[in-house]
Amino acid sequence: MTALVIENVAHRYGPTLALDGVSLTVAKGEILCLLGPSGCGKSTLLRIAAGLEPLQSGRVTIEGHTVAAAAGAGAGEAEVPPEARNIGFLFQDFALFPHLSVIENAAFGLHRLAAGAARERAQAALARVGMAELAGAYPHTLSGGQQQRVALARAMAPAPRLFLLDEPFSGIDARLRRRLLEDTWRVLKESGAASVVVTHDPEEAMLLGDRVAVMRAGRVLQIGAADDLYRRPETPFVAEFLSEVNKFRGTVNASGAIDTPLGPVAAPGLAAGSHAIVIIRQQGVGVFPDSSAPPGSLPMTVEWVRPMGAASLVLLRRRGAEAAEPPLYARVSGKLRLAEGAFAAALVDSDEVFVFPAETPTSVGSGRD
Amino acid sequence: MSAPHRARNPDRGWSIFGLALALGVAIPLGAVVWRAFSGDGAFWGHLADTVLPRYLANTFWIVLGVGAGTILGGVASAWLVSLCRFPGRRIFEWALLLPLAMPAYVVAYVYAGLFDAAGPVHASLRGWLGAEGVLSWYPNIRSLWGAILVLNLVLYPYVYMLARAAFLEQSVCVLEVSRTLGLSPWGSARRVALPLARPSIAVGASLALMEALNDFGAVQHFGVDTFVTAINRVWLARGDATGAAQLALLLILFVAALVWIERWSRGRAAFMHMSRRYRPLPAYDLKGWRAAAAVAFCFAPIFFGFLLPAAALGTWTIDQAASAIDARFWKLALNSVVLAGGAAILCVTLGGAIAYALRQSRGRRSLRLAAAIVGLGYAVPGAVIAVGVALALGGFDRAVNGLTGGASLWLSGGLFALYFAYAVRFLPIALGAVESGFTRVTPHMDDAGRTLGLGPAGVFRRIHAPMLKGSLLTAALLVFVDVMKELPATLMLRPFNFDTLAIRTYEFASDEQLKAAAPAALAIVAVGIIPVILLSRAIAHARPGMAAGTAGTGVAPALRTA
Repeated sequence: MTALVIENVAHRYGPTLALDGVSLTVAKGEILCLLGPSGCGKSTLLRIAAGLEPLQSGRVTIEGHTVAAAAGAGAGEAEVPPEARNIGFLFQDFALFPHLSVIENAAFGLHRLAAGAARERAQAALARVGMAELAGAYPHTLSGGQQQRVALARAMAPAPRLFLLDEPFSGIDARLRRRLLEDTWRVLKESGAASVVVTHDPEEAMLLGDRVAVMRAGRVLQIGAADDLYRRPETPFVAEFLSEVNKFRGTVNASGAIDTPLGPVAAPGLAAGSHAIVIIRQQGVGVFPDSSAPPGSLPMTVEWVRPMGAASLVLLRRRGAEAAEPPLYARVSGKLRLAEGAFAAALVDSDEVFVFPAETPTSVGSGRD
Repeated sequence: MSAPHRARNPDRGWSIFGLALALGVAIPLGAVVWRAFSGDGAFWGHLADTVLPRYLANTFWIVLGVGAGTILGGVASAWLVSLCRFPGRRIFEWALLLPLAMPAYVVAYVYAGLFDAAGPVHASLRGWLGAEGVLSWYPNIRSLWGAILVLNLVLYPYVYMLARAAFLEQSVCVLEVSRTLGLSPWGSARRVALPLARPSIAVGASLALMEALNDFGAVQHFGVDTFVTAINRVWLARGDATGAAQLALLLILFVAALVWIERWSRGRAAFMHMSRRYRPLPAYDLKGWRAAAAVAFCFAPIFFGFLLPAAALGTWTIDQAASAIDARFWKLALNSVVLAGGAAILCVTLGGAIAYALRQSRGRRSLRLAAAIVGLGYAVPGAVIAVGVALALGGFDRAVNGLTGGASLWLSGGLFALYFAYAVRFLPIALGAVESGFTRVTPHMDDAGRTLGLGPAGVFRRIHAPMLKGSLLTAALLVFVDVMKELPATLMLRPFNFDTLAIRTYEFASDEQLKAAAPAALAIVAVGIIPVILLSRAIAHARPGMAAGTAGTGVAPALRTA
């Protein structure tokens, strides 16, 4: 049975269209990540699913029961209020109750249980997230990571059928985040409930989600397993959002190809003369010393190198190119030693090259604020 | 697609409540304006020919003297205790607030008793210098300058408190940047710290000036005629409602001008703090004579504004204890408590409801407007509110009597008028304290409560109520103390034969029985010191980067609301 169904949900804040007809489903036990830049509507969608934001148009179904439905223009039926939806919500700022201790926070959602039973369940939830020892502490004495764990235990204790997590790791130290991410994944999976996680970090989304829905400007652009999105992006935005890329605009020539600094790139399915966007991932550009240039590689000059440990970021310019021709970024193994100003050869992995018909001019990529 | 936000009925209910409250505040003010224009112009002409120039001159000098004095004293002392290091600094930090516990009229009575020609100071000087030697230069405390001095002594803490909070809120980084850009310590004070604190200083000064314009007891005792004393005289002695309303309208205009000047001087300077990084402020170590001067500068206002009057009151109370603390004294104390307690409950209930409504409706425009109108009450002098309430309730009674053919005082004769006036004047304090308490309850906490299975009532009971407990108590306490001290409105609106401690103090002082006034005055000061202690504790426990007062009790924000 599907745990959550969102059908054609649209939402407006004053003149701003926050959601523009979003539909998606989440299966029981599945983790779906909503990924997108800030302002893309992902948090609004989460709040609508929780009932924290009144539904304006569309339908929300949890485990087969319609909890909210509205045909727009105020013709909505009565909504099931958030307290009756049996969901666990994790807030970006954790929203722990400062007047309650850790164990009291964890037991907050168990008010229908007898005090003893509630305490036991809360203690068990705290143990699951590794916070059992700090049960008596107060939230302001905890670190950010500890607060996140308590918030997770609090959301988990009433055994909700649906978890909704709103940027649950954005306030956490990068070093700690990976651990917390793994632990959270385990807790969510063990619970057997469905989960929706909102994030703006592609790595986080791909690590955590069974499926990832990429959102932009109130729409879901593509939804699928992380690998699908990565290997087969359907829009330039998805390709760009998931990795660092080189992006070129060009026109399809008579032989069905587009000229780029890396030579002509085939544009199957695009008519000659149409505008196109070519995206080449930075790690798809192989760089070799000039002395061992593989066949088919292009002669380049190393303009700039930034070693970053495991990898190096290299800026290449095609030898003999006109000044107007854009340079090319490559992300190569840190073991490769390149001197600035040296000659090198570049070879592109065709799996890492994507061609899209040009959209109307966009601010793709700059939408991350 | 068109999907307007569905109107929710609870919101509409709250809006009606908020607008009703705003109307309640607006009615007395409207009554004043209405009455002022209903009379003929004769009174205006008479006023302008006779006393008006004197009222205007006195009020002008009071505004100027109190404005300059409180800013100078408040900012300098705040600067010293927050950015310099000298012996006793930690004590001065909170002790500089003590004069807040002293109503201006109490200090005026004490100073009249100590310093006028019949007082002990004059007597000892006569003993040393001979009568002629003293009389030639001894200043008369019962004068405009005496009133300005007394008002300065009890009102500078408003500026001190807000300036100090502003200095503490300033990111050290801003000060350090100015140093790295080549400014000396004093240069960075003048060009960075003071300009940054200017909006807060302006708010503090305008609070002090509102209190000064509201003052009745001090100026009246020193024989300085102001609008408030005139309203009181015209109303009580001559029974001339129209004349009182016309004077009240003039005073409203004066206050409005003051508020406008404050807003204008702030301009758009609502500075945001860009930095979240705070470190302990750099302290300039003061040594030798500089340290001594700093100690003297901080000690003087505490001594003259609190210690000296408190000691005098204490001594006189011991003198008078046998005769003055009688059954009548306790009856008056009970009356004071009934008034103050009732007003506190009323203001906290209404203010709390408005703050809650504002939050639930996420700042609905009608409610924001209502809150803004309610907030005006604090700027209006008590005497003006008294005139307005009496006019409004009198009009209501006449209307009812017109229908029933009777001649009863339905609303204007009893305590209702007093509670009404207190609510108009002190509701903003309660509202401010509760609102500042609500800022600690983030919207996500409400959402968390809802997703964890609580309805709105449950969220209120299990999250809001326990988290707001302290703020509600603070709000109640602030209103309680202000009502205890309140003089002009109580004097004009109290039912026949219903006296309070403040009234008794005033009446004894009017009869020049200053020592007999001491026990009641001391009781008022003793109660008034409770919120000062709360404030002091907030200051002592404030962390760097956290304004005193926002550190839990919400006292300072409450005072800021005007």
